[in-house]
Amino acid sequence: MNPLRLVRARPARAFTVTVDGRTVEALPGRTVAAALWAAGITSWRTTRGSGRPRGVFCGIGVCFDCLVTVNDSPNQRACLVPARPGDVIRTQEGTGHED
Amino acid sequence: MRTELVVVGAGPAGLAAALAADARGVRVTVVDAADGPGGQFYRQPAAELNARRPQALHHQWRTWERLRDGLAASGVRLLTGHHVWTVTGGPDSFTVHALLGPGQDEPATVHADAVLLATGSHEHVLPFPGWTLPGVVTAGGAQAMLKSGLVVPGRVAVVAGTGPLLLPVATGLAAAGTRVSALVESAGPRQVARHARALAGKLPEGAGHAARLLRHRVRPLARHTVVRAHGDDRLTGVTVAALDADGHVRRGTGRYLPCDTLAVGHGLLPQTDLAEGLGCHLDGATVTVDAEQRTSAPGVWAAGEATGVGGAALALAEGHIAGRSAAARLRGTEPDPAGWAPAARTREALRTAAAALDAAFAPPAHWAAQVTDDTVVCRCEEVTAGAVREAADGLGAGDVRTVKLLTRAGMGWCQGRMCATAVAGLTGCHSDPPRRPLARPVPLGILAGTAPDRAAPDRPAPDRPAPDRTAPDRAAPDRAAPDRAVSGRPVSESDRSPSEQASTGGLSSDRPPHGRLARDQNPPEAFEEGSP
Ligand SMILES: Cc1cc2nc3c(=O)[nH]c(=O)nc-3n(C[C@H](O)[C@H](O)[C@H](O)COP(=O)(O)OP(=O)(O)OC[C@H]3O[C@@H](n4cnc5c(N)ncnc54)[C@H](O)[C@@H]3O)c2cc1C
Ligand code: FES
Repeated sequence: MNPLRLVRARPARAFTVTVDGRTVEALPGRTVAAALWAAGITSWRTTRGSGRPRGVFCGIGVCFDCLVTVNDSPNQRACLVPARPGDVIRTQEGTGHED
Repeated sequence: MRTELVVVGAGPAGLAAALAADARGVRVTVVDAADGPGGQFYRQPAAELNARRPQALHHQWRTWERLRDGLAASGVRLLTGHHVWTVTGGPDSFTVHALLGPGQDEPATVHADAVLLATGSHEHVLPFPGWTLPGVVTAGGAQAMLKSGLVVPGRVAVVAGTGPLLLPVATGLAAAGTRVSALVESAGPRQVARHARALAGKLPEGAGHAARLLRHRVRPLARHTVVRAHGDDRLTGVTVAALDADGHVRRGTGRYLPCDTLAVGHGLLPQTDLAEGLGCHLDGATVTVDAEQRTSAPGVWAAGEATGVGGAALALAEGHIAGRSAAARLRGTEPDPAGWAPAARTREALRTAAAALDAAFAPPAHWAAQVTDDTVVCRCEEVTAGAVREAADGLGAGDVRTVKLLTRAGMGWCQGRMCATAVAGLTGCHSDPPRRPLARPVPLGILAGTAPDRAAPDRPAPDRPAPDRTAPDRAAPDRAAPDRAVSGRPVSESDRSPSEQASTGGLSSDRPPHGRLARDQNPPEAFEEGSP
């Protein structure tokens, strides 16, 4: 069983996004975080201080752990932002700004 | 945009309130940050995923169908994707300030005669070594991602912490194909059973979950706790250990459970920022309300988990009462509580049950003993338990605010939502009710564009529509500011001028509520939407 089968989902056709240069399929309607989880990716940020990996924690937009750079725009909450065809998703290092 | 009643939150409480007020002829607008209605309990899969049986991930689906269909048939206007960062004004003219768009940088406002806050709760997780590893998620977060995105983060999960939420999370993940190897609950089976009578209202659901746990071969480990999450860059397993009756970890009982997902939660915390901004009185962590669900701020109602955590059925009953009270008072009439007696009875019973649950499910009393000095406590600013302890023991900080100033714990993006209770617990400090004048990080340009409005001494006359602030907001010169914060952190109280801070409190309470709106109304009497 997987969640899509459990609810008998008939998703629209997948599109592709890139994650650190790698092409990954994403289903329309999913957030960036959901698309990354579905692709087996659970971290997409390293912290400012000690450079530790982070991904989803609260899942509802409260904790800001899931920050990611999408189409050159840093600090997007992956659990809120919908994935769009052709998105260029990059692991965010530190603040996401070059400093 | 102008409306009579603005409801913030489209969860069970907000929807029940909106439908009750709409049924009584009030113009209602519901505002929610999410893409659709439902809140946490009835969070729905994205439409494009085309789920033909979404109820497979839900309980009390009939109630949801009633809410959903009621909403469609009603005159309620629903604004999704609106992240509300503050509500200003009162007592009979309010402005809801929201941010739109994926980047949350487009301002939008809604003007209303009255406000109903149904902002729900967020999850509370106490720190333990390894809790920042990818693969460790909040229990509710795993549930939310599953319900909306139809995804799970791994193949083998442990569900841990304390509270009634762990059961549906464990059964939800298991039904979705994750192997849930254990449900680790710090409360003991007898503690929970002792409250069985007060829990009567909740038991059928609880029994259903228990049967499902058995079916999915989830091993229940009562009076156990996770003492450490292991892994380098990703979770690979957890060590769980037994607790003694006093909440100490029993030595020599630790055992390793391999897993790639840990869904962990220690209860829910009400979201009260908007209420605080409006000057509503708080009782500890919850918004204080009277029998009609009115807050201490005239013109402001609150319902659902913002006023106390107790589940979706309680949120529905409270929302129903709040909506009816607001409708009557907006018409200048005294509401008749006899009309909502069934909802009031439900509310009383479920509040009693919630208090019992709260007593039965508590984190281990000595959780702080497991938090090693190198454990990160403030996830945003990467402040360790050692630094927090040093601030209290070495530097003499006596309250959470001082610890925060000394260590930056709680100063990051989440504004302390994830760590404030842990900091208080680790230091033995008194935890002030949180002060977050902004419920969401706000781009500086928008804040600048809004400031004159917030500081204005005289508010727009009640029967004249307030000027639309959207255009000036957009034209604000520093709109181009690339980020929400100069230093890469959100605007927090220290970034705001005293006049802005002052303007969010101190509402006058001596003005008669909504007399100008008196009009005859014959509201339908049934407790139609709210009955759980
Ligand atoms: C992550 C999570 C998952 C949960 N999952 C379950 C579950 O599976 N089963 C269960 O029994 N209980 C669950 N709960 C408990 C659940 O909160 C209640 O059962 C019920 O949903 C409470 O209803 P409510 O209307 O008070 O609040 P909610 O349902 O939480 O609704 C509040 C709504 O307000 C919106 N909101 C809040 N602040 C703002 C703002 N500033 N701007 C705009 N919108 C805002 C939110 O987006 C949300 O839609 C969960 C709680 C959380 C935090
Ligand atoms: S996971 Fe917490 S904000 Fe996205």
